[in-house]
Amino acid sequence: MTTAAASTAAIVLEMRDLSVSFPTETGTVSAVDGVSLDLAAGEIVGMVGESGCGKSVTGMSIAGLLPGSARVSGSVRLNGTELVGARESALRRVRGREIAYIFQEPMTSLNPVLTVGRQIGEVLQIHERMSRRAARVRAIDLLTLVGIPSAAHRVDAYPHQLSGGMRQRVMIAMAVACGPKVLVADEPTTALDVTVQAGILQVLRDLRDRLGTSILIITHDLGVIADIADRVVVMYAGRVVERAPITDLFAHPYHRYTAGLLSASPKPGRHASTTRLAEIPGLVPVLSTQPDACTFADRCPAADARCRDSAPPLEVARGGPDHLAACWHPCATQTQEANR
Amino acid sequence: MTVLTVPMAETGTAGITRRTRVLRRLRRNPLAVVSFVVLALAAVVALLSPWLAPYSVDQTDFARTLAPPGSAGHLLGTDDLGRDVLSRIMLGARASLQVGLLAVATSLVIGVPLGLAAGYFRAWDAVISRFTDLLLAFPFLIMAVGLAAIRGASLGNAAVAIGIAQIPGVIRVVRSDTLRLKSLDFVAAAVVDGASDLWVLARHILPNATSVILVQATVAIPAAILGEAVLSFLGLGIQPPAPSLGTMLATAQQFAARAPWAAVLPGVVIMGLALAFNVFGDALRDALDPKGDRR
Repeated sequence: MTTAAASTAAIVLEMRDLSVSFPTETGTVSAVDGVSLDLAAGEIVGMVGESGCGKSVTGMSIAGLLPGSARVSGSVRLNGTELVGARESALRRVRGREIAYIFQEPMTSLNPVLTVGRQIGEVLQIHERMSRRAARVRAIDLLTLVGIPSAAHRVDAYPHQLSGGMRQRVMIAMAVACGPKVLVADEPTTALDVTVQAGILQVLRDLRDRLGTSILIITHDLGVIADIADRVVVMYAGRVVERAPITDLFAHPYHRYTAGLLSASPKPGRHASTTRLAEIPGLVPVLSTQPDACTFADRCPAADARCRDSAPPLEVARGGPDHLAACWHPCATQTQEANR
Repeated sequence: MTVLTVPMAETGTAGITRRTRVLRRLRRNPLAVVSFVVLALAAVVALLSPWLAPYSVDQTDFARTLAPPGSAGHLLGTDDLGRDVLSRIMLGARASLQVGLLAVATSLVIGVPLGLAAGYFRAWDAVISRFTDLLLAFPFLIMAVGLAAIRGASLGNAAVAIGIAQIPGVIRVVRSDTLRLKSLDFVAAAVVDGASDLWVLARHILPNATSVILVQATVAIPAAILGEAVLSFLGLGIQPPAPSLGTMLATAQQFAARAPWAAVLPGVVIMGLALAFNVFGDALRDALDPKGDRR
């Protein structure tokens, strides 16, 4: 339902053929290869994949946050404005105001010598030239918005006086202070325990509903994705291998990698004592150049000569027009078994 | 794991301004109070010494040279020229404190920005660090002699020379702390929020580096007081007959066996000041640390 609404809503962020590589001492490392992605207003898109798949690099590259050595090509447009190759001063105006970020480490992402109110107010001081007094009042509102009780009190607390979940809420308050159009949440709940995680996800959902913020949530936790996302993008070794509405992906994964990820996750009612979780053998490869082949071939149970000779294009799979996969041998019936 | 009650400390400190919290912590620390009283006393004496001193500093009394402490009219005795030791210590402390503060101010004003720049901007690091090496390689006394030759021997020039000699230490300490702080997540978070380099340095790095700068300063002030003694001894600092604690210590050495008080008393004052600065700096650093209330 949300997906249908999202596909007709205005596209806020348009990523086309984004590639990122890093020169290292042992040669170039290709981190992201030709990723295209649209984010509609008020949409929550999940980006999932193992460590080293290029999820975070993709997220960081949106607002030009990669180190200077990174070589970025392709296009990222925010409401039509090109961000790849934009001047640092232009990017600074975008960061925090139009595109905001939440990271994994709420414990260390706050300055220990500033009260949380001052830190939230900082964003407002930078972008909206707000006075310190006005910023403080807004900070209290924002803390209330992200569900911190007795916000008027907590605004003067130092980070060490708050729990991990509280700090992540503060980080979210900072991120949404200027009402950004896009929020990139990079593993926002990984450092938190599950009950706190549920609360944080609820806050993100609320923000989307109230402020219409589009959210790109990057995680390796399929549970988080299932909980919050409208659409899912599965990344592997720098490429998008599958893109689908949330229910389609979990019901009919087409790409072998997606199927592997799903069967590697525990499900309610299936006991570890009776069925061992399936793992995907091997590791995500570190690629110096992107080969004209399926990068998952070496770990794939269905790989054949064709997979090693040419890269499968990301094309519409059998499920529907919104469901795309890049696989020569997509699984249809097998996954039903794998899922069971 | 499910305890969600709010710790008392949290409700206790929220709503109190930073200044009152820091002052309250300082008051609770007896060492801080004692060292503050010593420094305040020294400051008052230094400021008012021209009026407080019982004698003029160059008033000699050749009938009563090297009188021991407690002699009539001379509470702390007299020196080899019959000058009142108490009066000279009071004015000497004034000169020494001036030199100490001026020197440290010089080194901080130049060293802190350079240290921040060297730690934060990679491109500047090489240049600033070579400048630091250059300053370190330059002998302190030669530089002081050079400065005195150009601008004349005076208390101010001695202080500036000492301050310049202290710049490398400040740069290195601030640079290394900046390097550490720069890699922390909250700095990255500020950049992500659209903060400029200057903003990050002023709002995030400098406040977190305050503690190391304070410690560096409290070590540097006594060092500057001693440095002034060296320069004055060589005739490059304060010109006799004006007293400083350093010159008093140096000249009294000649007759230290006959009149130890003339050397010991200024030495005790130097030591007391140095100790007070160190202890107070330490206490101030603890009080400024937002996490300090956990104890």
